[in-house]
Amino acid sequence: MYRYTDFDAAFVAERNAQFRAQVERRIDGSLTEDEFKPLRLMNGLYLQLHAYMLRVAVPYGTLSSAQMRQLAYIAERWDKGYGHFTTRQNIQFNWPTLRDVPDMLDALAEVQMHAIQTSGNTIRNVTADHFAGAAADEIADPRPVAELIRQWSTDHPEFQFLPRKFKIAVTGSPNDRAVTKAHDIGLRMVRNEVGEPGFEVIVGGGLGRTPMIGKVVRDFLPEADLLPYLEAVVSVWNLLGRRDNKYKSRIKITVHEHGIDDIRARVEERFALLRPAFTGVDQQLYAQIKSDFEAPAFADRDTAPFDQAYANDPVFRSWADTNLSAHRAPGHAIAQISLKAHGATPGDATADQMRVMADLAEWFGHDELRVSHEQNIVLPHVHKADLPAVHAALKDAGLATANIGRISDIIACPGMDYCALATARSIPIAQEIATRFDQLKLENEVGDLKIKISGCINACGHHHVGHIGILGLDRAGVENYQITLGGDHTETAAIGQRTGPGFSADEIVPAIERIVDTYLSERDSADEAFIDTFARVGMTPFKTALYGESERKQKAA
Amino acid sequence: MTVLINDTGFLTTDPTRWIDPEARIDLPSDTDPARLRCLLIGKELVRIAFSSFSDGRGFTLARLIRQQGYKGWLRAQGHVIADQYAMARRSGFDDVEIDDDLATRQPEDQWLARANWQAHDYQSRLRGIAA
Repeated sequence: MYRYTDFDAAFVAERNAQFRAQVERRIDGSLTEDEFKPLRLMNGLYLQLHAYMLRVAVPYGTLSSAQMRQLAYIAERWDKGYGHFTTRQNIQFNWPTLRDVPDMLDALAEVQMHAIQTSGNTIRNVTADHFAGAAADEIADPRPVAELIRQWSTDHPEFQFLPRKFKIAVTGSPNDRAVTKAHDIGLRMVRNEVGEPGFEVIVGGGLGRTPMIGKVVRDFLPEADLLPYLEAVVSVWNLLGRRDNKYKSRIKITVHEHGIDDIRARVEERFALLRPAFTGVDQQLYAQIKSDFEAPAFADRDTAPFDQAYANDPVFRSWADTNLSAHRAPGHAIAQISLKAHGATPGDATADQMRVMADLAEWFGHDELRVSHEQNIVLPHVHKADLPAVHAALKDAGLATANIGRISDIIACPGMDYCALATARSIPIAQEIATRFDQLKLENEVGDLKIKISGCINACGHHHVGHIGILGLDRAGVENYQITLGGDHTETAAIGQRTGPGFSADEIVPAIERIVDTYLSERDSADEAFIDTFARVGMTPFKTALYGESERKQKAA
Repeated sequence: MTVLINDTGFLTTDPTRWIDPEARIDLPSDTDPARLRCLLIGKELVRIAFSSFSDGRGFTLARLIRQQGYKGWLRAQGHVIADQYAMARRSGFDDVEIDDDLATRQPEDQWLARANWQAHDYQSRLRGIAA
């Protein structure tokens, strides 16, 4: 894992001292509320529906056990004893008071963490594949790249007052687990025809009210050109992006309005101007960062304890079947801890649960944890022989839900329960769907199916790229839920298509049930996943299942 | 009236007062970067307008102006707050010009607090420029 240099530590300490002073200057009137707002935002502090919310950066989703324990401490000391892990691989505390926030930031700094640029019109916390450094299918580890970008983007003097927020994601695997095509910039680590490492650069993706799949702006960018190229993209957009309408200010709209060829030409011209300032010192730092991410020494041990538990314990077997993924080292697995217990708030963990996860990482997982954009926690390196013990401890802590990738593993934004922008509730809908399919005992039968729920058009719940997407809107004071089908968050990214008119809060769960029933009757075998059945049969049978009866009734009337 | 600010605090005299009027130019924040090269010919004082502190275009314009080799005086003028002083200096501005009301609300000590803008700068570090 990355360890702060003296420079990083001094930077964070200085920044925290500045923010402490800014809070005081807001209170004494030196700063107006308008002027204070972007300053608190660039330090992760939002004003939500009921209270302030502090969003803490978990750079590229990586945490040590000490960091996870400190998050537990912060949750208990200054919040209500829990935290919420987000789709941006961050953690949010929902109930801090303004006066306490500088102390919370100092507590984060003790474990080399911060809340810098987790909001505001800045380059946000860089996200990456949550299986980085462990996945069997990985070409290169994206975390050192993400860390280099974190350093470059942190406090970048030109880019603290951009037209809007700017999100960068990196993947080092052909199977895209970082949703790179739905980011302002997506970086895919690739090699050119002579085997040199570099990036495919994707620009202009995004969700929100105008969902767009990103376009390739550069097929192959040599590794050493990364920072000046990123700087060129953001520099071009900072001057060209619209500032007259915040819904048209993201780079996806700039790319859409000017065309990818025009943007490419501008970026290349700017790149030529900016490139000479980077003399290779950044690449030396990159090499040092890489050495921090060397793989741990994986033990060569007998997997018999795993095999026995798998053969004899059906509860363990069902957890292993859903929550484990292939690790590159023999005898090891990537274990996911579901934060989606049926009926619970997706992504929430109590301080006690955080400590259990930290202990397991320390004892069995080379001291590493990851936050996934699907709002679960990952133990990236566990030897299979230790999995029965891991599972038993998770069961005791209420963390052994066996549903990764299943219908109840739902991404949901905070919705109207917390968020000032929301137009509908999303957490209760997620809870009802999860509880319903648990009652029906259909989850394993249905298999791989991603439901994603947003409580407003800004799409924080990624509904556009859910196999089933649910968008909660306000229709004359009544919650109304629109459904989209066929969204895809992977390397074959696609925006879901709307089924038709929306459903009320009472009707939405039965509607989802009809969609699932339709899938089960239409699929050609149990091996055909929902998304593949949808691709083959199209929208019609689902539409009929959703609206058929009422349409017939209307015609009869 | 306005107040000029640099690393020493609020200035009593304008260090650019000797520059001829024809060698001065005011650029709005929506200046087309493609025109910069010709706009800068013969200029010794360039002022870039900040109509609002939340509009960061001026920082990128300053960087581009410096990147194209301009060695003259570069001034950020308008709604720039003390918390942005380090950003302005790091982007290539020499000083900042604000109105009296803002200077009253954000007095000299709040600007001097960021006079250490050369310290803790990731950009210098990544470019190999000693702090």
